[in-house]
Amino acid sequence: MAHVACASHEIRAFTGGLDGFDVPAADVRGLLAELERRFPGLGAHVEQRMAIAIDGEIHQDALAALLAPDSEVVLIPRIAGG
Amino acid sequence: MNDPGATKATVASNDTRTDPPLKVVGQRPIRPDGADKVTGRANFGADLHLPGMLTGRIKRSPHAHARLLGIDTRAARALPGVKAIVTAADFAAVGSEAVEQGEAAATLSHVSWNCLARGKVLYVGHAVAAVAATSPEIADEAVRLIEVRYQVLPHVIDVEAAMAPDAPLLHDDLFTAGVTPRPAAPSNVAAKTVIGRGDPAIGFAAADVVLERRYVTAAVHQGYIEPHACVASAGADGQHHIWCSSQGHFAVRAMCAKILGLRLQDIRVTPAEIGGGFGGKTTVYLEPVALALSRQCGRPVRIVMSRDEVFQASGPTSASVIDVRLGATKDGRLTAAELTLKYQAGAFPGSSVGAGCMTALACYTVENVSITGYDVVSNRAKVAAYRAPGAPMVAFAVESCLDELAQALGVDPIDLRITNAVTPGVKAVYGATFREIALIDTLQAIKAHPHYRAPLGPHQGRGVACGFWFNIGGESSAAVHVDADGGATVVSSNPDIGGSRASMAMMAAETLGLPIERVRATIADTTSIGYSDLTGGSRVTFATGMAVVQAAQKVVDDLRRRAALTWDCPIEQVAWRDAAAVCTDPAKDAKPLSIGELAGRAARTGGPISAEVSLNAQGAGPGFGVHVCDVEVDPETGRTTVLRYTAAQDVGRAIHPSYVEGQVQGGVAQGIGWALNEAYLYDAAGALQNPGFLDYRVPVASDLPMIDTILVETAPNKRHPYGAKGVGEVPIVPPLAAVANAVSHAIGVRLTELPLSPPRVLAAIEGRSDSA
Repeated sequence: MAHVACASHEIRAFTGGLDGFDVPAADVRGLLAELERRFPGLGAHVEQRMAIAIDGEIHQDALAALLAPDSEVVLIPRIAGG
Repeated sequence: MNDPGATKATVASNDTRTDPPLKVVGQRPIRPDGADKVTGRANFGADLHLPGMLTGRIKRSPHAHARLLGIDTRAARALPGVKAIVTAADFAAVGSEAVEQGEAAATLSHVSWNCLARGKVLYVGHAVAAVAATSPEIADEAVRLIEVRYQVLPHVIDVEAAMAPDAPLLHDDLFTAGVTPRPAAPSNVAAKTVIGRGDPAIGFAAADVVLERRYVTAAVHQGYIEPHACVASAGADGQHHIWCSSQGHFAVRAMCAKILGLRLQDIRVTPAEIGGGFGGKTTVYLEPVALALSRQCGRPVRIVMSRDEVFQASGPTSASVIDVRLGATKDGRLTAAELTLKYQAGAFPGSSVGAGCMTALACYTVENVSITGYDVVSNRAKVAAYRAPGAPMVAFAVESCLDELAQALGVDPIDLRITNAVTPGVKAVYGATFREIALIDTLQAIKAHPHYRAPLGPHQGRGVACGFWFNIGGESSAAVHVDADGGATVVSSNPDIGGSRASMAMMAAETLGLPIERVRATIADTTSIGYSDLTGGSRVTFATGMAVVQAAQKVVDDLRRRAALTWDCPIEQVAWRDAAAVCTDPAKDAKPLSIGELAGRAARTGGPISAEVSLNAQGAGPGFGVHVCDVEVDPETGRTTVLRYTAAQDVGRAIHPSYVEGQVQGGVAQGIGWALNEAYLYDAAGALQNPGFLDYRVPVASDLPMIDTILVETAPNKRHPYGAKGVGEVPIVPPLAAVANAVSHAIGVRLTELPLSPPRVLAAIEGRSDSA
C-alpha cells in the first residue's frame, strides 16, 4: 500500500484532520479514485489543485504514473513558476 | 575575479561525464536571435503593421477603489475617426475556473474583470473601457470623452492594513480559503496556507540560540523593457488572428476564447519576439480587449501600453511582511523554525505566498517547522508571476536571519549552511524527497572561490545567501523536420524568452549527430504545432527539450529504417553515428549513408522525414543557488555600491553554458535592484507615484560589477536525456539577502526592510528609525 502524506494542512478539511494514511492503488488514477471514495471531494481537489510527489519525484497531471506497493506519496500544492 | 575574463567556471565530477562525449551540448555556439535583435530587425509585439489597422487606447480609473455607476460613450462614439468602443459588457459572462498564468494563480472571472472593470474598479489604472480609432490622437481624445461616473470608496494599499478587521473590503464574496470552518464574514484575506512538520515547541526548547525577526519587502515590477503590445484582427468569417508578445500564446488563445465566448480553433495566435517577461507576460491584459474592438469594427486593432500603464496595470510582484523565528544548537544545527508570511496579491486573489511557504526552508534539514502564509488583496494592480514567484522575499527573511544566527554562534555563514544543507534522499519541508541535487557542492564552490577570501576595506561588507526553486515540467510539443539537403529544422511551441531556440537546436543537433550550424529552430503559432504550457517555471529546456529530443530520436529511427530498406537488412543492423547510417553487418559492403543522402532520396523511401512529439514531462529537477556579494557603503550618503558578486548554481547540465550564465547574471541584476532601489510608492489617494524608469530605479550596467558565475554540474537530472534542470528562476532568489547581509556587515547595523535605499541606509547608520 502506498503511504500518502501531506505537508500542508489543505487536505485536513477533507480528511477530518488526518495528514497521512495508507492507500491501495497501483497508479495515480487509482490513487485519486480511492482518495475520492474515502474522503469525498479530496480526489477532485488533488487532481485539480495539487501535485503528487511519488518517491520524491514530483508529478502533475500524470494519471498513468505508477505506484509501487511501498511508494511514498506526498501531496503538495501545485507548482508553476514565472 | 570580477573581470570579464574570469567570469565563467564550471564544477563537474568525473562520474557525470557522458559516454560517448557530447559534441554539441555544453558548447557555446553563437545565439541564433542575436543579429536580429542588435540590428533592430526582430519583430516585437508592437512592430506589426496591417492595412487599415486602428490604434487602440484604454480608459483607466483615476480612483483606487470605486463603484462604477455608469459609462457614457456617446460623445466618444460621435467623434470622427472612432470606430469601436468596448466595455466589460462586451465580454462574455465567465465563471471562476482557474486559468494557467504562472505561480500567480487567478480565476477566469478575475482575469476578465482585470482586463475591463465590471461593477467596481479596484486600483488606480484599472481599465474601464477601450476605444479604437484611425489615429493615436483621435483615440486619445475619444478616451478623454468617455464619461465614467464613480462612487469613490475607501481604499487600502498595504498588506497588514488590508488584513485589519475594519479594512475597506474589496470583494464582498471573498471568504478566506484554507480555514475550517468557513469564516462567517468576507475579508481581504483570500487564503491561508499552513505547512509544517514535527513540533516547533520541542525544537525551540532544544535550541541554544533563538532569533526572532520581522522582514519587509516592497512590491517590485518585473521591469521588462518591452511594454505589453498586441495586434488583433477579427475576420468576417469568424476566424481571428492575434499577434502578441507573451510567455504563452496557447494561454493567450485560451483566455481570449473564454473571455469573448469563442472557440479555440477560431483564434490563431502568433508569438512575436519578446522583450522580456520574467513571469509578467503569463496573463492577458490587452489581447481580449483588442480582439473585442476588432470584432466590433472589422478592422485590425493594435494596442501598446505606455510605460505608465505597464507600471500601473501590469505585474508587479507582491509586497510582503514576514516574521521569522529560528532556533539552533551551539554547533549550528537548526532545531526549529516558525514563519508567518503575508503577501499582498493586488486587486484579486492569487499571490505567490503558497510557493513562498514551500520554498522558505527548502535548502535546509530542519525537523520542527510551522509555516503560515496569507494571500491578501488590496487596491493595487493584480500581482503577476515574477521569476521564482514568492521565493525571493522569504529567502531574504530566512537567509538574513541565518546570517545573524551565524554571527551569534561565531561560525562561518557558509559552514552554518553546510551543516544544515539538504542532500539527496532528504525530505524537503514541503514534502518531496530530493533526488539529484548538489547544494553542498554549490556551497563548497563558493567557499573555494577567491572572492570568498578577498580582503575587504573600510565601509565594505560581505554577504552570502542560498536560494531554491522547484522547476517544473508540463505539456510541450515539438517537431523535427529533416530538409532535403540534410539539415534540420526544429519547430516548438514555447516563446523563446531565455534562449530556448538555441538549446532546442543544440539538443536536436546532438541527437541527430549534426553540427549546430545545420539545425535551425523556430517557434510556431497555435495552428502549426501541438499545445504547450506557458514558458515559465523554468520548464522549457527541460520539458520542451524532452519533446525535441524524442522527436529527433524518432527521426533517427526513421532514417535507420530507410537505410535498412536501402540495404535490404534488418533495422537492428543499422547504427546511427555522426549523422549517418552505418551498416553493422560485416557481410554487406555498404558505405555509410549520410543524413543528406537519405534525405535527398526520401521520396523513394517513404516521403518527407519528420516527427512531432507531444508529452507531459514529469520529473523536473530542482535547483539551488549560493551567492556571495561584497558592497561598499558611503557613510555620508548611505549609497551602496556592489563591488563583487559571485553566483554558483546547481544547474544539472548546462546545454548552452553562455545562456545559463546569462540567466544567472540577469537574475542577480534583478535581485540587486530589488534589494537596493526598486519599490512601488503610493500617495495617500492610492496612486502610484513612480510609474516610470526615471523614478522606479532598476540597475543599469554601470551600477553593477561583472557578475561571476559558477555552474555546478555534479548532479545532472536523470529524467532529462542530457541532464538539464531549469535554471532561469533560482538566481533571483538569493540576491536580496546576499546584498542585505553585505550592507548590514558594512555598516554594522542589521537591515530588515527593502529596498536599501540611501535614505534608509543612512538612517540606519545614524541610528534613526525613519526610512524611505
